[in-house]
Amino acid sequence: MPEGSIKDGIGASVRRKEDKRFLTGSGRYTADITRPGQLHVHFIRSVHAHANIKAIRKDAAEAAEGVVAIFTGEDVAADGIGGPICGWVVTNRDGSPTNEPPHPILANGAVRYVGDHVVAVIAETLEQAMDAAELVEIEYEVLAPVVDLANAGSGPQIHENVPGNMYFDFELGDEAAATAALESAATVVELEVRNNRLIPNAMEPRAALAEYDPIDDSYTLFTTSQNPHLTRLVIGAFMLSIPESKLRVVAPDVGGGFGSKIYVYPEEAVCTWASKKLQRPVKWTADRSESFLADAHGRDHINKVRMALDKDNRITGLRVDTVANIGSYLSAFSVVTPTILHAPLLSGCYQIPAIYTNVKGMATTTAPVDAYRGAGRPEATYLLERVMDTAARQVGMDPAAFRRMNFIPKDAFPYQTPVALQYDIGDYEPPLDKALEMIDYKGFEARRAEAASRGKYRGIGLSSYIEACGIAPSAVAGALGARVGLYESATVRVDPTGTVNVFTGTHSHGQGHDTTFAQIVADKLGVDIGSVEIIHGDSDRIPFGMGSYGSRSLAVGGAAIAKAVDKVIEKSKIIAAHLMEAADADVVFADGKFTVAGTDNEKGFGEIALAAYVPHNYPHDRLEPGLEETAFYDPLNFTYPSGTHIAEVEIDPSTGVVELVDWACCDDFGNLINPMIVEGQVHGGIAQGVGQALLENAHYDETGQLITASYMDYCMPRADDLPNFKVDYTVTACTHNDLGVKGCGEAGAIASPPALINAVIDALAPLGVTDMSMPATPEKVWRAINDAQTEAAE
Amino acid sequence: MHHTTYVRAGSTDDAVARMADGGQLLAGGMTLIPTMKQRLASPETLVDLAGCGLAGIEDEGDSIRIGAMTRHADVAGSDLVQTAVPALAALAGGIGDRQVRNRGTIGGSVANNDPSACYPAAVLGLGGTVHTNKRDIAADDFFTGMFETALDEDEMITAVSFPKTGKAAYVKFPNPASRYAMVGVFVASGADGTRLAVTGAGSDGVFRHADMEAALDASFSADSLDGIAVDADEMISDIHASGDYRAHLVREIAKRAVAAC
Ligand SMILES: Cc1cc2nc3c(=O)[nH]c(=O)nc-3n(C[C@H](O)[C@H](O)[C@H](O)COP(=O)(O)OP(=O)(O)OC[C@H]3O[C@@H](n4cnc5c(N)ncnc54)[C@H](O)[C@@H]3O)c2cc1C
Repeated sequence: MPEGSIKDGIGASVRRKEDKRFLTGSGRYTADITRPGQLHVHFIRSVHAHANIKAIRKDAAEAAEGVVAIFTGEDVAADGIGGPICGWVVTNRDGSPTNEPPHPILANGAVRYVGDHVVAVIAETLEQAMDAAELVEIEYEVLAPVVDLANAGSGPQIHENVPGNMYFDFELGDEAAATAALESAATVVELEVRNNRLIPNAMEPRAALAEYDPIDDSYTLFTTSQNPHLTRLVIGAFMLSIPESKLRVVAPDVGGGFGSKIYVYPEEAVCTWASKKLQRPVKWTADRSESFLADAHGRDHINKVRMALDKDNRITGLRVDTVANIGSYLSAFSVVTPTILHAPLLSGCYQIPAIYTNVKGMATTTAPVDAYRGAGRPEATYLLERVMDTAARQVGMDPAAFRRMNFIPKDAFPYQTPVALQYDIGDYEPPLDKALEMIDYKGFEARRAEAASRGKYRGIGLSSYIEACGIAPSAVAGALGARVGLYESATVRVDPTGTVNVFTGTHSHGQGHDTTFAQIVADKLGVDIGSVEIIHGDSDRIPFGMGSYGSRSLAVGGAAIAKAVDKVIEKSKIIAAHLMEAADADVVFADGKFTVAGTDNEKGFGEIALAAYVPHNYPHDRLEPGLEETAFYDPLNFTYPSGTHIAEVEIDPSTGVVELVDWACCDDFGNLINPMIVEGQVHGGIAQGVGQALLENAHYDETGQLITASYMDYCMPRADDLPNFKVDYTVTACTHNDLGVKGCGEAGAIASPPALINAVIDALAPLGVTDMSMPATPEKVWRAINDAQTEAAE
Repeated sequence: MHHTTYVRAGSTDDAVARMADGGQLLAGGMTLIPTMKQRLASPETLVDLAGCGLAGIEDEGDSIRIGAMTRHADVAGSDLVQTAVPALAALAGGIGDRQVRNRGTIGGSVANNDPSACYPAAVLGLGGTVHTNKRDIAADDFFTGMFETALDEDEMITAVSFPKTGKAAYVKFPNPASRYAMVGVFVASGADGTRLAVTGAGSDGVFRHADMEAALDASFSADSLDGIAVDADEMISDIHASGDYRAHLVREIAKRAVAAC
């Protein structure tokens, strides 16, 4: 699609329309909403990682001031309430299905992680609920926890129907071919990596407020969701047996999600259920400690990697054996994340003839683990880009040259990988070249020497990534175990005066949809961006849509909007032809005007809109009045953003502190609608990746207590941990959506951790260091240096 | 937070009287309020010291006296402190973030004696004096262990004074998560020789390191600390840093502090 001709159209770095309300503190979040007569719920959470509940004594609490009700798992069971479901399952190697244990919304008989929901105390005020909670006595029989992922299979069984604590045992690829490649390889490269566990830390904690209307037996649930229709479907159809038409789910302004607000959680179901039982609105807002304990965590893999190279150092095969920590219960996308969103990415941007992978999903007595910014793709990219560097070092090649010679060549597209995906388009050398130039790769050795003169070790690290975005072609997803379709929807409603309302099934929780989507519409219709409103997040207003995650909003949701706008234009052309007494085919629409070729007849878009709603002179024989169109778009393929990120670090050997001194990246996201917003997404993604690589780690001790349960111990990246990023782009337009876009929301978080760890290892390589685990904390780095020096001395 | 009653004391005597009735003193609230919100502390009465006239910095000739309710931002920005004990102003300017420095007070910090706090290193490193409603306590007698001080039940800090010292420095190796000190070293070279105090690292809280002080008295240079043993068994060991690593950092950060003097 060519760059738009109008101001603020496609390709313009328009300032974000939504920022006025966010920056002035005028956003409207779930916690800001108050309903008359609302009650407050406080959840008593398990203090044990694994225990049987012997008794719950609540008499004293029930008598406490302000208490309205105290519910336990027994009440939930008595009402036949279901738990959150897993939205996507896989078939095991032996053909059996994923083991799906029950997940009661209040623990029934047993608790399985510290933070598990045990009792809901509902009172007039939150303080009263919390005071009363202290009077509830819970008698536990403490059981042995399962914390160590590597040995989870031999721990005590956590769920009755999950033998060996294994939820699933998935495979993809050709094992025989991969084995043959490894056996006949000139070089075999081996690596074991741990993808550290992360806690999402959205700025806004989760919250829910449910209200029941006895007059028409309906519910309204305000909740912090990335996908209100999915929440409605799951709570309505699977948990509370509420007809979907009787449940309205509103996700108002939402302060970040990063995946953690995709899933339906027990708390929002409890609020909804209790609102009818008590005939009063029920509200819950997580505090930060609850967010740490009970938001779905991310990552947490152990990957054993073996890569085969031939005598010319071309990759001939890859085998990856992964153990993934799924946690105590199956969260909505917990199964798909380490399997379908992970295994097919193992080809990266390389020609690898044979690939095989096995993924075992393990139960542990830790919080549920699910998709977190990148979801499966960061894990795949991390192990692949680490093994690429390890291989280059092992065979004595420059890591950039080694990548380049193994890239899928640009004339090989569409390219079928051995792990299910078919990449439609890409060109991997230009972003690599550009990034190398941006960071001055050639000048690196001089910088390393200069740093050495100051007593610092300097290193450089690359990561050339690919990801699969635009989730997802429904037929493909369905064949792979998805229980939902993954199309997107849009309604474009033109008002009589020509202003435009866009109802999208995606959800903006920081991504800037109000602006980006308006730019698309403004550009296509030739109207001012100020006359386009984007409406999202309310199941009563928007068409059924799947929400935002997996960098799908623009590539799938934006494509649906573009389709709906095209329908509006088609209809408008017929109206214009009628008004100008011309043949449909002679009407041309450009820059917001309908003209007839060869005449000076002209109608503005606003005139057509008015004619559609005041149809005095109108082609009634051909069209219905009004100007409103809906489109559903189901993508034909995933989209495949790619690029190269390069990190440069300096290490202080006396403390082990890693300073990130430079960053250059060149990404191919296809066409850019708003380059400023894209750059913001890249920055945020890199920051999260730097967090994972250097700072963040969710740590459970051996008893299953979460030690990193506050910002005193869980280390988030801050602005002063980061250098200025050098960001640039190349463009190969996506071939299968009209906008030619691919998605940019996760790339930074996917690409950055291996670049950074590769840089750390590069800095220490002269000492003989070959490995470093995430996060590369000062102590780990200091130890690696010491150990290497001790070894060298011996 | 549990229910609590807020009162604003009008004077030190008033505050002490209310403390005797079971009230808990409230200074900047940067530690106490979050602890109450987490229900880890639940005082029935909070006695706010903001109205007791305890904020302010005075020049007392050889020393400066900083009122207990003086905020970190005011110590950091004070011309007097910047000239008399520049290292102390710099330390205060490096505590927490802007919001914390605009609320947190020296009295609250010293009374709390958090093992990772910065001020205790300055009080001990400079050989300061803690003034209370009852007496003056020398720094060496004040800090008695993690979160423990020599303060009696009915005793409150009214001010802290520090000898004017130009040759001093504080270097903090921050805990990456909390940015409190994982190891902080305050070194000062005054009339009575060198004092070197370490915070963030010791399992009994802030401490002086006699061997380092002796080495620096012999020769005040970073190199003279090479090879001096720091006992890893006496260090805090947690997920952020083992005792070994902290022991190493103590010497390393001490060298940097000496070099910065
Ligand atoms: C985000 C954050 C970051 C921080 N970072 C740092 C850091 O890097 N370095 C650092 O050193 N500190 C740090 N702090 C601590 C902060 O600087 C305060 O010094 C500390 O919280 C205590 O001071 P306060 O005035 O807030 O005391 P309060 O919280 O009001 O009181 C603390 C305790 O002292 C008692 N108390 C208060 N005043 C007196 C008195 N005059 N006499 C006797 N007892 C008294 C109170 O009863 C209470 O028990 C940080 C705090 C926060 C919230």
